[in-house]
Amino acid sequence: MADLATVSRLPASGMITLRGDLSGAKIKKAVKAACGQGIPVSGEILGDGARAVAWMSPDELLVMVPYGDVQAVIDAMNKALGGVHALVADVSDARGLFRVEGGSAHEVLARVCPVDLHAASFGVGQFRRTRLAQVAAAFWRHDTGFDVVCFLSVADYVDGVLGNAVTAPRVGALD
Amino acid sequence: MLILDCPYCGVACDETELSPGGEAHLKRFGPDSSEEEFEGYLFVRENPNGVHFERWRHSYGCGKWFHAARCTMTLEVFGTYSAQTFEPPQALKDKISAKRPGWSWRDFA
Ligand SMILES: [Zn+2]
Repeated sequence: MADLATVSRLPASGMITLRGDLSGAKIKKAVKAACGQGIPVSGEILGDGARAVAWMSPDELLVMVPYGDVQAVIDAMNKALGGVHALVADVSDARGLFRVEGGSAHEVLARVCPVDLHAASFGVGQFRRTRLAQVAAAFWRHDTGFDVVCFLSVADYVDGVLGNAVTAPRVGALD
Repeated sequence: MLILDCPYCGVACDETELSPGGEAHLKRFGPDSSEEEFEGYLFVRENPNGVHFERWRHSYGCGKWFHAARCTMTLEVFGTYSAQTFEPPQALKDKISAKRPGWSWRDFA
């Protein structure tokens, strides 16, 4: 029987945590300069595979850039933020990254996350922080499937969980 | 299974994505309080059969605390609201009154 989807572990990507008052003009400017996007609303990710920004909480964003650009982007963001009370932290090497691709990729995540993954409920460009089996994770939907982020310390565990979930038979109830 | 809407994320959270935080709207009494006040803060709780107010944290999501109003007998959820408040919003109290006429909880009714 064919797997539900393909799971691949991706190399570390440039990830920057930005915390502060997201309504501030200087924060908007810093995000724009970092990835060319505005401030996402809750549950949203803006941008493409290379540069993106995702909503993590009412006072936190995750800025994604190419790995090699992180330090330059952080410097530019800190400069744009000026004296504003905010936090910019490089978390690139503290995250595990996975890609779940294929027509039934949503079924793989639905097996291990308490999230409504009907295409109508969770479409392309939506972002969700949630529980993946026993650990915290976040994922978003793109054109070919989902990218999943977790803490690097539990990445081997997530690798195992996703690797197991893809072998399940297709249900089809989420289509 | 309990499902609460996180007022910050706007998503329906499964209970397993949340951490319980006990009773809502407790006032903290510290070193200069009376023994009765300190005992009340630490130990005295409502334990109602019906309308109840609780604190929950979206621990696997945005990480924020919020409030929830629900019924301990039927597990019906009346609503959730921000943590940055001393009492439930009037609209939520009205909604509870429509479903449970005559309800009261501490000083709220
Ligand atoms: Zn939340």
